[in-house]
Amino acid sequence: MLNRIWRASLAPLIAGVAAILISSIALWLSGNDPVEAFREMWKTIDSTESVVLIINRAVPYYIAGVAVAIGFKMNLFNIGSNGQYLLAALIAGWAGAEVDLPPLLHVPFIFVVAIAVGGAWALIAGILNVTRNVNIVISTIMLNYIAIGLSAFLLAEVFRDEANGGLVAQTKLMPESARIPTLNRLFELVGFDFAPGVDLYGFLPFAIALGIGYYILLNRSLFGYDLKLSGLNPEAARSAGVNPKRMVLITMFLSGACAGLIGLPFLLADPNFLKYGDAFPTTIGFTGLGLALLGRNSPIGIAGAALIWATIERATQRLGPLGVPPEIGRILQGSFLLVAVIAYEVVRRRNDAAAIAAAAAATSIERPPPQPGAPVVGATS
Amino acid sequence: MTGTLTAPAEAERPPLIADTRWRMFAIVMVGVAVMSTARLISDNDDLTSSGTFGVALRTAAPIGLAGLSGLVAERSGTINIGLDGMMVMGTIFAGWWGWEYGPWMALVGGIIGGMMGGLVMSVATTTFGVNHIVAGVAINLIAPGVARFMASELFVGVQGGSVTSSPGNSGDIGSFTMPFLSGGDLFGWESPDILGWLEDQGWFMIADVAGFFKGLTTSVTWDVVLTIGLFFGIAYLLWHTPLGLRLRFSGERPSAADSLGVSVHTMRYIGMAISGGLAGMGGAVLVLFANRYQENQVAGRGFLGLATMIFGNWMPAGTAAGAGLFGYAQGITLRTNPGDLVRALVLAAAIGLAVTAAWLVYRRSVRGAGTVAAFAAVSFWAYFAVQEPNNQLVFVTPYVVTLIAVTVGAQRLRPPAEEGIPWFKGMQ
Repeated sequence: MLNRIWRASLAPLIAGVAAILISSIALWLSGNDPVEAFREMWKTIDSTESVVLIINRAVPYYIAGVAVAIGFKMNLFNIGSNGQYLLAALIAGWAGAEVDLPPLLHVPFIFVVAIAVGGAWALIAGILNVTRNVNIVISTIMLNYIAIGLSAFLLAEVFRDEANGGLVAQTKLMPESARIPTLNRLFELVGFDFAPGVDLYGFLPFAIALGIGYYILLNRSLFGYDLKLSGLNPEAARSAGVNPKRMVLITMFLSGACAGLIGLPFLLADPNFLKYGDAFPTTIGFTGLGLALLGRNSPIGIAGAALIWATIERATQRLGPLGVPPEIGRILQGSFLLVAVIAYEVVRRRNDAAAIAAAAAATSIERPPPQPGAPVVGATS
Repeated sequence: MTGTLTAPAEAERPPLIADTRWRMFAIVMVGVAVMSTARLISDNDDLTSSGTFGVALRTAAPIGLAGLSGLVAERSGTINIGLDGMMVMGTIFAGWWGWEYGPWMALVGGIIGGMMGGLVMSVATTTFGVNHIVAGVAINLIAPGVARFMASELFVGVQGGSVTSSPGNSGDIGSFTMPFLSGGDLFGWESPDILGWLEDQGWFMIADVAGFFKGLTTSVTWDVVLTIGLFFGIAYLLWHTPLGLRLRFSGERPSAADSLGVSVHTMRYIGMAISGGLAGMGGAVLVLFANRYQENQVAGRGFLGLATMIFGNWMPAGTAAGAGLFGYAQGITLRTNPGDLVRALVLAAAIGLAVTAAWLVYRRSVRGAGTVAAFAAVSFWAYFAVQEPNNQLVFVTPYVVTLIAVTVGAQRLRPPAEEGIPWFKGMQ
């Protein structure tokens, strides 16, 4: 067990060290003091308030990561989760504010709308892929931009809230019955009080449930088995009777449906929003791509990645007075991601080589000559 | 295996090149006729005016460079999803050097910036064998962060600069107008403007062709001239030089290339360096067009470029045609009345689809004809029903065109055989 944890965390550790090194060099090159900057970052995140803010921020990131990971597991690169969630958030935000339902039905209704819209938009790419052999990467990217234009059009012309003369392009505010309360009360019950003004948003349990659902789907269901098999070896999956077209359609729908949920923490649980408008975050889908890569498509890994991402963003928020550009956070995130994907690959190949060697030692009396094609790191020309 | 050789059946012989050329010519002529008809019916001369084509060329150039970038990368075996990020690197470096040293250095800076992105990606994909899409996505996520950090260090606090914009290029790159055809100067003497005169007459088909060529030969900035040259240069490099053969070999069959003494990894590094440089130059062209670096200037043009490359079946000519198409779709949104132009274009699409349907009926493909006719009907309806297209929907046009083009064209495409597969010495 310890060995497993060590092996899983080795690559992220390398990446973390490398990211700090690279950003330090960037800071030093641009005439800032890296030690000072990192000390300030640590001071910023070292408080309960910061921890709560980080968790709040990580929740939509987490959902975005899981959404993309579902597709990644099958080598379906759903780059379009951004468009899927924007469209879903807009339509769910509008529909949720339009209908009048009791609290216990209102929230599920909004969930269903968001899932349906996000899934349907992703399904377009799936259908084009299985019927016309269109590359998923290309079609989802194009659908991204189409979704951005379409949602801007719908917001401006169709779903705009006409109150206050309709000057601001935004949907109506969510009614009380559709809002998810904060978790502060729950923590007070166990004797933990937040400082005033610090709210832990109520979407967290939904995100955790999503992660558990994703875990069960992947590891405890027949569909998850087919999914992973199709990703690892499409030929084997086909000969085992898995219908590849059906898998593409279902996976794209699930990925898009999950992406549809990305906007809901803002619509239902974040008192700063509770509506879809100009200030609505518009790039979380792209962030999710990085998080799925960083978390290696595993529910726990993505959670860790989302927390790291949110931590970096929080940590760099107060660098301005020091004269250090807060954009250093983007360098930290970027170099972390790039080194991590490389380190994962190196570790994976090393483990594979070790496993092959162990298997060879266990099954043969004589050691066979080294197999051509055995993936060994360092054997590059 | 029977062991006997059979002569290929008559029907399987590929069509003679002359045949395909005639067919291409006929298709182009029909296309011109359709556009001309749409221009006359909608009474919108701007649909095929030299001004529109000029802007289209300008907007096509960065997309074309991105397509060419993808082409070189994929021919040498690397799927370069990261070229959008490399374009972003190109814009920030071009904005920086253009401001400090002038427009030509903006081009150089853009190429260097993009090239660095390409090499970083190649370290991941070639040396470490990271999945190409994964590495590309990572580059795309990183590049905007690097650009923003650099912008905040370089431009903040400078007159006219900010974290989202450079202060502006120092100087103009200049432009070129063809003498005799489009009235360019020849050693100080103003030559006649033959195409301009033809265009002004408004004759069916002739005016449209004249407008097309005048647009392509009037006030073309030097960076765009260079872009056009690069299309020929890269085509020559890949298909007429030993290096090009080795590059393509590494994409088609790396193990065979290796067995003949070609260093696949070196080739893939060279391919990615060229690819990154081209993408970065695409970013620089954007900077020269806007005369400054702006955040999010690239706006997914790298992906549009990838789509043009797929649309163009991994060939330079096809990529150029695709870039022209998407450049046109994007260029009309920059004209004075983009709404009217989009309407006229919808009409052209409707007429084109109707002609295609008629052709399919002639070829007795009833099902295909029915589908195409349905799309034609929808387009006609859209033309008559929508009087004023919405701005946001006009913005979407190039992406819809891309999606449709890829959907229609995805059947007969042939990517390099072993692109996207990490390769190490000794692999089969």
